[in-house]
Amino acid sequence: MTDEKPALRLENIVKTFPGVRALDDVSFAVMPGEVHALMGENGAGKSTLMKVLGGILQPNEGRIFIEEESTIMTTPLDAKAKGVVFIHQELSLADELSVAENIFLGELPRKSFGRVDWGKLYEQTDAILKTLNVGFNARTRVGDLSIANQQMVEIARALTVDPRAVIFDEPTASLTDAEKVVLFDVIADLKSRGVGIVYISHRMEEIFKITDRISVLRDGQYRGTLETAKTDEDEVTQLMIGRSLDLSRNEEHREHGEVALEVRGLSCGDLYRDVSFKVHRGEVVGFYGLVGAGRTEIAETIFGLRDPSEGQILLDGQELRIHSPVDAIRHGISLVPEDRKGQGLVLGMNCRDNMTLPQVDDLTAGPFVSDGAEIAIFDQYRDKLDIRTPGWRQTVGNLSGGNQQKIVIGKWLSMHPNVLIVDEPTRGIDVGSKSEIHNLIRDLAGQGYAVIVISSEMPEVLHVSDRIVAMYHGRIMREFSAEEVTEDSLIQAISGIESEKVA
Amino acid sequence: MAALTTKNIGGFLARQGIIVAFVLFMIGFALANDRFITMDNIFGVIRSSAILGVMALGVTFVVIGGNLDLSVGSMMSFSTIVVLDLHDKLGPALGIPAMYGMTLALGAFIGFLVGYLKLNSLIVTLGMLSAIHGLTLTYSGGKNMDIADKEGTWFGIFGQGSILGVPVPILIFALLAVVLSMVLAKTPFGRKVYAVGGNGMAATFSGVPRARVVFMTYLISAFCVATAGLIQASRSLGSQNTVGQGMELEVLAAVILGGASLLGGSGTVFKTVIGVLILGFIQNGLLLVGLEFYVQYVVTWVIIILAVWLDIAAKRGRLLSPIA
Repeated sequence: MTDEKPALRLENIVKTFPGVRALDDVSFAVMPGEVHALMGENGAGKSTLMKVLGGILQPNEGRIFIEEESTIMTTPLDAKAKGVVFIHQELSLADELSVAENIFLGELPRKSFGRVDWGKLYEQTDAILKTLNVGFNARTRVGDLSIANQQMVEIARALTVDPRAVIFDEPTASLTDAEKVVLFDVIADLKSRGVGIVYISHRMEEIFKITDRISVLRDGQYRGTLETAKTDEDEVTQLMIGRSLDLSRNEEHREHGEVALEVRGLSCGDLYRDVSFKVHRGEVVGFYGLVGAGRTEIAETIFGLRDPSEGQILLDGQELRIHSPVDAIRHGISLVPEDRKGQGLVLGMNCRDNMTLPQVDDLTAGPFVSDGAEIAIFDQYRDKLDIRTPGWRQTVGNLSGGNQQKIVIGKWLSMHPNVLIVDEPTRGIDVGSKSEIHNLIRDLAGQGYAVIVISSEMPEVLHVSDRIVAMYHGRIMREFSAEEVTEDSLIQAISGIESEKVA
Repeated sequence: MAALTTKNIGGFLARQGIIVAFVLFMIGFALANDRFITMDNIFGVIRSSAILGVMALGVTFVVIGGNLDLSVGSMMSFSTIVVLDLHDKLGPALGIPAMYGMTLALGAFIGFLVGYLKLNSLIVTLGMLSAIHGLTLTYSGGKNMDIADKEGTWFGIFGQGSILGVPVPILIFALLAVVLSMVLAKTPFGRKVYAVGGNGMAATFSGVPRARVVFMTYLISAFCVATAGLIQASRSLGSQNTVGQGMELEVLAAVILGGASLLGGSGTVFKTVIGVLILGFIQNGLLLVGLEFYVQYVVTWVIIILAVWLDIAAKRGRLLSPIA
């Protein structure tokens, strides 16, 4: 391999966003005919790196080489023209068009007067499809294909340009086992043609099955490359998780109070099944699992945004009937949602109005909202949560992510809830504010709140939780106490490894 | 540094462009015709803007709540025809509340479709524009509606009367503007309208009953339309079926000119009043400088498109942007 030129190479890439160093001096190379895994936790910088490679973001520093020629990717189309192609997690196909039209979208073969040369289009498409060995043809409507076959269309699209490097982003996220086999065959075929392949996935099993080398990112930094054949899951996990200074394991032992929230046999269609758990007062229960494991959907059900198909939700032993957030809030159940800007805040409103929104009906003097009562609440929770803002008139959209999150938390705390559910408490928040939010969550439990924390970041779950519920594919796999949990067992539980042993 | 300055000017124009354009228009008109800045003319403009203004107050709630209401023009025709008809059949004392009831029922129907069924407000109110027009024609049999005994009724007070020298339509407009301004700016309901229009999802996640809030905005709009219909009917004591036709666009224009964002979540009643006056003065000014009245259709819409562009530009922070 030493005398070969890398298909794609990154050198000292730095990308910063206000307050965050998303990529910090990352270097990385893929050889032709190599399958190279890129791993890292959510937020480690993988997607930023991909955006830099795809021409969606421009790096602040560093260089990109294709076959050792320095290049700049200006747009996604430019990247494709230079032979770097993406197979995205979320497919970007036009359902109503045929396979052939999708594959050659924007570059359909033409006859005179700009008419489409359909004969040539179908001929070229079928030639590509033949190499992929798929069971559909150029005229099939894309909307009629399975997700797996749609992915094949994306791959076929990549093959129209004779790619140097193909980047797969979580390609197996929605595939069945049989479909995965087909995908892996195609990847093997690309590999034999000398294409360099970057393979992004969380799934260890696949990584060890099909990749040659594994590179790991953590906190925006490159942490090393391992030969797949010479390493094991433990070593990779170590490299991925590491230990950042402020994230030690939760080792407090506290007495918890009575059971506040209990969920019994809760199911919601295909989203999750037969979920049961309890949360005590003064306790933080962490829900850990991969994206799509059903954690957010459970929270949304408890908060009245979804109706369960089966099961019960009890508060202090009393069964609740919750059909809307209004019901949930009346019972003192509150949710800090995962999408802060989309669900948590009205960005164009000021800080105070956002914070008091759920209880504005109660803060009145006569028919009007009482300015004084609102400002009193805002001031109290600004001080309590250390929210840094010039004043309550400040538009929420202008605050930093950490301060925005504190506004959402303050919104619920000021109503003295029975149960506080926090979904992805530190997503998109810089490291310093992260630990503030973590301490805040620990403090709240200390004050007797029953808290549920949903997180996709293992260090976060380990740091804040008294108990950890591990989920996989809509089911609770295991519950761990903070003392007994190990990283390995947690990773296994959320990857469904135990379920396979049982089955 | 030069780039920064250009950007600042662009940003300033984006934020304050309407005011700047308005001031330039006013100066132009005043220079062109010395009758423009006289008490008589100013009063006249306000009085002739009152019907439009009353409707615009209601639509302000709908737009801040993140929706559109294109049905107000034909709904105003409906209210006018109905109240004139009922005036002779039931007498004004019963006819007026009956007309309010029927108009509010239409508003409730629209509010149900947009709020509870979550149908697109553009489609719903565009459909209702046509449906209500048909309803009005069915009701009247296609004929003009006139009050039989024009001399012997007190009904003309709403459109023709004046109290202490101030025309009643202006008083109604002013009173409604003050009350609705308080509702929007000071009550919990008003706060929820802003929240629902600003980010409906976040409002839902904060326990704001989005459907009910949207429903209420259409009821308020219908109430204002009924009031506008009352003034219109009272002013002429007779009417054609098409009296409000096309007003939905002028109303929307006034609301947007005032600075309410079509994306929802921003705007105030006071700004809408300003928008109504800007529109009124510009149309009046165009007439006074001697242009035919149909020119105002063109000029009005050039101004509105400009206003929408500046609204979006202000959000982006620059006048032109490669991405939306």
